[in-house]
Amino acid sequence: MNKNPYMPILATISSIKLESTGERPIKTFKMVLQDENARKNFSFLPGQFVMVSIFGTGESTFAISSSPTQKDYIEVSVLKYGKNTQALHQADVGDTVGLRGPYGNSFDVKGWEGKNILFIGGGIGQAPLRSVINYTLDNRDKYKNIDIIYGARTTKDLCYKDEFAEMKQRDDVQTHLSIDVEEEGWDEFVGFVPANLKRLNPSPKNTIALTCGPPIMIKFVLQNLEELGFTEEQIFTTLEMRMKCGIGICGRCNIGNTYVCIDGPVFSLKQLKKIEGDM
Amino acid sequence: MESLVLSKNKLPELINKISSEHILYGPTEENNYSSFKQILNFDEMNLSYLLSRVSPKSILFKQTETLFKFIPGRKGSVKSSEIPEEKSVIFAIRPCDARSFSILDGVFNGDYEDPFYISKRKNTVLIGLTCNKPEQNCFCTTFDDSPGSSKNLDILLTELNNNYLVEVVTEKGNNLLKNMRSLLKEASKEEIQERKEIEEHAISTINRKMNLEGIVPKLDKMFDHELWHNTAFKCIGCGICTFLCPTCHCFDMQDEGTLKEGARIRVWDSCMYPEYTHHASGHNPRPARMNRVRNRVYHKFSYFPKNEDVTACTGCARCIDYCPVNIDIIDVIDKVGAILIE
Repeated sequence: MNKNPYMPILATISSIKLESTGERPIKTFKMVLQDENARKNFSFLPGQFVMVSIFGTGESTFAISSSPTQKDYIEVSVLKYGKNTQALHQADVGDTVGLRGPYGNSFDVKGWEGKNILFIGGGIGQAPLRSVINYTLDNRDKYKNIDIIYGARTTKDLCYKDEFAEMKQRDDVQTHLSIDVEEEGWDEFVGFVPANLKRLNPSPKNTIALTCGPPIMIKFVLQNLEELGFTEEQIFTTLEMRMKCGIGICGRCNIGNTYVCIDGPVFSLKQLKKIEGDM
Repeated sequence: MESLVLSKNKLPELINKISSEHILYGPTEENNYSSFKQILNFDEMNLSYLLSRVSPKSILFKQTETLFKFIPGRKGSVKSSEIPEEKSVIFAIRPCDARSFSILDGVFNGDYEDPFYISKRKNTVLIGLTCNKPEQNCFCTTFDDSPGSSKNLDILLTELNNNYLVEVVTEKGNNLLKNMRSLLKEASKEEIQERKEIEEHAISTINRKMNLEGIVPKLDKMFDHELWHNTAFKCIGCGICTFLCPTCHCFDMQDEGTLKEGARIRVWDSCMYPEYTHHASGHNPRPARMNRVRNRVYHKFSYFPKNEDVTACTGCARCIDYCPVNIDIIDVIDKVGAILIE
């Protein structure tokens, strides 16, 4: 019998973490594949995505936010927005979801060994970067300086607060957080992420910059990185598009003749500049 | 390739024999249109139309299709998935529609294989019927195709004066006819000549041609051209061009069902609708009709040639014939060709 690429495999939600509250709550779901063989055979690289189903509601695309160095489970961080994310936010530990994937290309973490890694994230855009951050931290000796610039609208919207607090205790990773508007008790940068980047003035020498966030943030981050002297080959981002099949057939995720599901979602700025299409 | 003849009065017998052993699809008349349906008896067919309104892609790529069944809810699970295994025959498919399958094969058998389409494709025998009288907007010859081309078929029938000329193109076609040899006899030189003349005459009646020369590099320079605004100005976004197009393959996936059981269904979708690309966040990369019209033209005439090495158009002209506001794809491409870019 032919394998059916549209049929998910089953996973159990083993823990749920409320990352941010307020109007745009984010939860991170840890999911464990139910079948032992499937669990053994499931492997992915940072940057890849999965399709998550709530049976009867539908299926949506999420970047894997955990690192492949964290065995036996995967995590996705979900911002409550539409029908499927709403259903996911109502789920409890022990609930069953469907999983398809991993799909798409990935960040070249192996190729970047020996380099400085600079992460620039905004809002929920931190999710795919978190996979790379955890990967590089778990292989800490293979990379030089690791810097993480991350911002959100308010302190409520900041994701992975506990993990940032832990990283602050470490001396082998530098974090640079920001919120858009002043709040009482906030002692880090106030302003937009691209401005924080400019202020920190990182050196492009032997450095790879990864960015993900809202389209407007990405636009100015890319601009500022180039102004700082980063070349097109040193800058990477990951894109999102509405997807249904995830495997290059259903048609909707194209930007020009590039399909984000199979040609992406990770692109270097060099590749991005060659793509002409609706974004 | 073997050339045989079937006398016209034997066609019902041939059809009924095929339908007794296979699932047979053929053109029927429905509301003054031609429509491919499953045929149990020859009399249900109507061969007087040139093209069915909906292309027979609907047989291999169904408008709605169950991908798998599930038990819904937060304790739900996957129940089953059935990949269709049935053996079928499509009778009286036109050469242009047969060509659409060779274009779609690359999509459904690309990086990942779509077993629903591929299984049906493998198990389906295509029996073509030469277009003796092409219609006014037909332009299959633009794509090196012909109203009498057997290239993408297993068997091709051509209606002669007294008989059908039956060309057996593939092994698959040969196998189908194995038990029906008694109905067929060797074609004479005259009959083969008659078929040739019919095709040549049919080609000579095709008046429309799309000039594709240099269109792919030209489109690379025209993404921001006003032509897309002007073309979209007329478009009402009904999506009929996409539903009737034999090479359009976009689909949506939806969960349907009751509280006890459900199924994930795929349904034809259309890039002409804003919801098609609408993100949950509210962002839409193709928010305006201009974006959508432009994407459709680029998909057929730029992206497809770049990615699959073939233009995603067969020249069937359904999009021209059925467009309620007379958008004519040949005109659009001709305009692209005529515009001067420095």
